Amino acid sequence: MSTVSEPVSLSAPRGADAGLTPKQLADKYGLTVSGRRPGLVAYSKQLWARRHFIWAFATARLVAQYTDAKLGQLWQVVTPLLNCAVFYLVFGVILKSKDNFPEGTYTAWLCIGVFVFQFTQNAVQSGTRAIADNLGLIRALHFPRASLPIAFTVIQLQQLLISMVVLVGVVLASGIEIGRTWVLVLPALLLQSAFNTGVALMMARIGSKTSDISQLIPFAMRAWMFLSGVMFSIQDKISTWPEFWQKVMQLNPASVYMDLVRHAFAPIIYNKHLPAHQDFPPHQWKYAIAWAVGMFVVGYVFFWKAEEEYGRG
Amino acid sequence: MADTDVRGADLRKDLEDALPPRRKVFDADVARDPTVVVDDVHIVYRVHGAGSGKGSATSALSRIISRKRASGVREVHAVKGVSFTAYKGEAIGLIGSNGSGKSTMLAAIAGLLPTEKGGIYTNGQPSLLGVNAALMNELTGERNVVLGCLAMGMSPADVRSRYQEIVEFSGINEKGDFISLPMRTYSSGMGARLRFAIAAAKTHDVLLIDEALATGDQAFQARSKKRIEELRAEAGTVFLVSHDNASIRETCERTIWIEAGELIMDGPTEDVVGAYERGERP
Repeated sequence: MSTVSEPVSLSAPRGADAGLTPKQLADKYGLTVSGRRPGLVAYSKQLWARRHFIWAFATARLVAQYTDAKLGQLWQVVTPLLNCAVFYLVFGVILKSKDNFPEGTYTAWLCIGVFVFQFTQNAVQSGTRAIADNLGLIRALHFPRASLPIAFTVIQLQQLLISMVVLVGVVLASGIEIGRTWVLVLPALLLQSAFNTGVALMMARIGSKTSDISQLIPFAMRAWMFLSGVMFSIQDKISTWPEFWQKVMQLNPASVYMDLVRHAFAPIIYNKHLPAHQDFPPHQWKYAIAWAVGMFVVGYVFFWKAEEEYGRG
Repeated sequence: MADTDVRGADLRKDLEDALPPRRKVFDADVARDPTVVVDDVHIVYRVHGAGSGKGSATSALSRIISRKRASGVREVHAVKGVSFTAYKGEAIGLIGSNGSGKSTMLAAIAGLLPTEKGGIYTNGQPSLLGVNAALMNELTGERNVVLGCLAMGMSPADVRSRYQEIVEFSGINEKGDFISLPMRTYSSGMGARLRFAIAAAKTHDVLLIDEALATGDQAFQARSKKRIEELRAEAGTVFLVSHDNASIRETCERTIWIEAGELIMDGPTEDVVGAYERGERP
């Protein structure tokens, strides 16, 4: 080996490949750009292959969430119930919102609203932090990043199922009977889950780029909550607005999903024969489906577009 | 004439196969299969400035109004125009002082960090095996094993069958039932051992090992060295980042010296590590 004494570049291609630029060499042997974003179909396949990871991640996080608290997972239902109690006191008793409802139904109406709105609110909040809070995991292992925001939505769904048990108790306690319309709760929440997943994916990309957004979120969520009529009937307040704005308020996805679940659980609230009742706006199911499909597709594609950039802090 | 050339090439190939792999590097005439091509790569970290503690919703709004663009962002140019090509069967060491950009380079090859300029081309999906692969601290060791394996793309059945092996390899349970405790309660050595055990559970095409040899006690080091040898035999190319020059000499026949994000030297291990130890820059 006489060549050893001469400086030999160990990088330079040899033999038939001598003189090729690195790019040409990479092309010749079919090397691909490391960490490049796969096509939408291939990406979806990868994501589907990680479904066990998503489920296991969500379950583990849910269990671990309250490990430091003595009451543990009890907080999952205690927190929204405490919220309901505060809202009941302020809006129901002091501001007398409950007079607009059939006798005894305000509590159920309020609690359904709080639980359903919180489902979307949590999806937005955890979606925003999904990438930023898990940079360690993202930099350590290779997996489709959409797994994270989706896993966080699954956590919210699991939490919602737990709080649903409590909600059923509240509804029954306020004197509303089980009816056939209760079946409709399921499709309504499924549609809302799809909507939430889309929102979480979208917020995850925005949150990973603009850390300031997480500071604005509580502000935006509070505004959205009051505008959606979680604790008072927004429709009574906007009936004198121009038609265009009434329409915009009707299209609000949070209102749409809340109305659907409320109507499913307690149709009596919308009973036109009672002196105090709520109006059930038309086309709610169509809006719910449109929001669910539209938001999911837009959010998914929007998130996937930046897939290769999520490693950067 | 052409016929003899072909036969000559065949002969050389036979001869090459007969030689130990360490010698292959010096054969100047045979085309080799590249596995990793790094072409004039620049990597920039964007660090959001300190002192921006999270406040209430109103303070966030005022901050956004007062400075239109995020001015607190600092750019750290971690890798500046590095180029090299790695070939099948090579084990390449990466050396350099702390903060020279070695680990950043590995993360970029693994596709975990985007490049600012230039391109990194790889054969298949490289796997990074590092001690600072942060997993989920609030979860138990058990959960981390399962989740880590699932995230790497193993099926639940695979995970179940490998689980015991991974835990035994990590040696976490040698002094009691620690695997069922949250990972935040582990000592740093225990955490690093478990992380390494999880990552090493899978076979890899291009394997990037970051400081993993320095992990854990003597018994674990022996186990992990053996496992790395096994992984090397299966992998096309192995990269090893280490501050332990002895283990670089032992494992790699080629070494790349990086300093302040720039490639200083790329050559046979003995030459490069020797120059590095003497502090001689070419």
